[in-house]
Amino acid sequence: MPIDKSINVLIVDDYKTMLRIIRNLLKQIEFNNVEEATDGAEALAKLRSGSFGLVISDWNMTPMTGLQLLQEVRADAKLKTMPFIMVTAESKVENVVAAKQAGVSNYIVKPFNAETLREKIEKVLGHG
Amino acid sequence: MADADQLSSRLAEIRLQHPDAEPALVAEVVRAVLSTLSGDLSPQETSLLAEVEALGRTIACAKAEIAALRVDDITDNHIPFATDELDAIVEHTATATNAILSSCETLDDVAAALTGDAATSLQDATTRIYEACSFQDITGQRITKVVSTLKTIEAKVAQIVTTFGTSKREVPVEETVEAADSALLNGPQHPTVAMDQSDIDKLLASFE
Repeated sequence: MPIDKSINVLIVDDYKTMLRIIRNLLKQIEFNNVEEATDGAEALAKLRSGSFGLVISDWNMTPMTGLQLLQEVRADAKLKTMPFIMVTAESKVENVVAAKQAGVSNYIVKPFNAETLREKIEKVLGHG
Repeated sequence: MADADQLSSRLAEIRLQHPDAEPALVAEVVRAVLSTLSGDLSPQETSLLAEVEALGRTIACAKAEIAALRVDDITDNHIPFATDELDAIVEHTATATNAILSSCETLDDVAAALTGDAATSLQDATTRIYEACSFQDITGQRITKVVSTLKTIEAKVAQIVTTFGTSKREVPVEETVEAADSALLNGPQHPTVAMDQSDIDKLLASFE
């Protein structure tokens, strides 16, 4: 069964250029329903009021970081099974371990290529 | 206390009698008189006194040298200038990146209207451009780290200047609200020591 590319994807990053890059890369692999947030708090509000099938989030943001967003998502009965990919420049072992413990679905280190993004999306959405 | 009062009134009387007396000259005379008292001190006390005097001179010298260096310039001009320049770099790279992305989006629209190898080739090229444009995020994060280091230096220098009394200003302490996971916020690592995607994939797989 092919993956459903019509799902709503929420991309979260405090760098507007990065949001624009990810949006375009998603468009190239035919994910066209993309919404944006520039920090964890804004993302959480959108997730709670909308209907999303995937979150792709940066880590290092204020006031709410990507890790805090992930913890909030996993603690929310309605959102706890949401596929969540962390895309971050944080690449220390302790970061990956903390993200995994918080329930991250996959982890992409910046700078990343389009192929990695495609591969991880397919994996967390159930194929690959 | 009575002796001190008596001394004060005597000094006031002498000042009235000699209104043109030079304070520096008086200080010299007092030092000379005190030096004649050294005989009343033990050799150890004399030695200690000399060390303390030397220390006092060194501190006075250091204060004068720091004042002459105009270290206030570091906090007033140099560091604000450097941080403003770095902020401008981030702004310029963001503007340039957005211009590149706009052109790239136009090329993507063109690719959508094409078919076959030309379409694939054009889209591959735009994909590479999108990937490369992530430099703006990475360099931005690195520059933010440098700005934060400069601000730490600025605060330390201001503290030294205040300690040595060459400035009356308070040390500016920037209030920052730290995230609960602030210990994990280090930004991009140096490429020679950072884990790459395959290292991270292996680490994640080890949890499965």
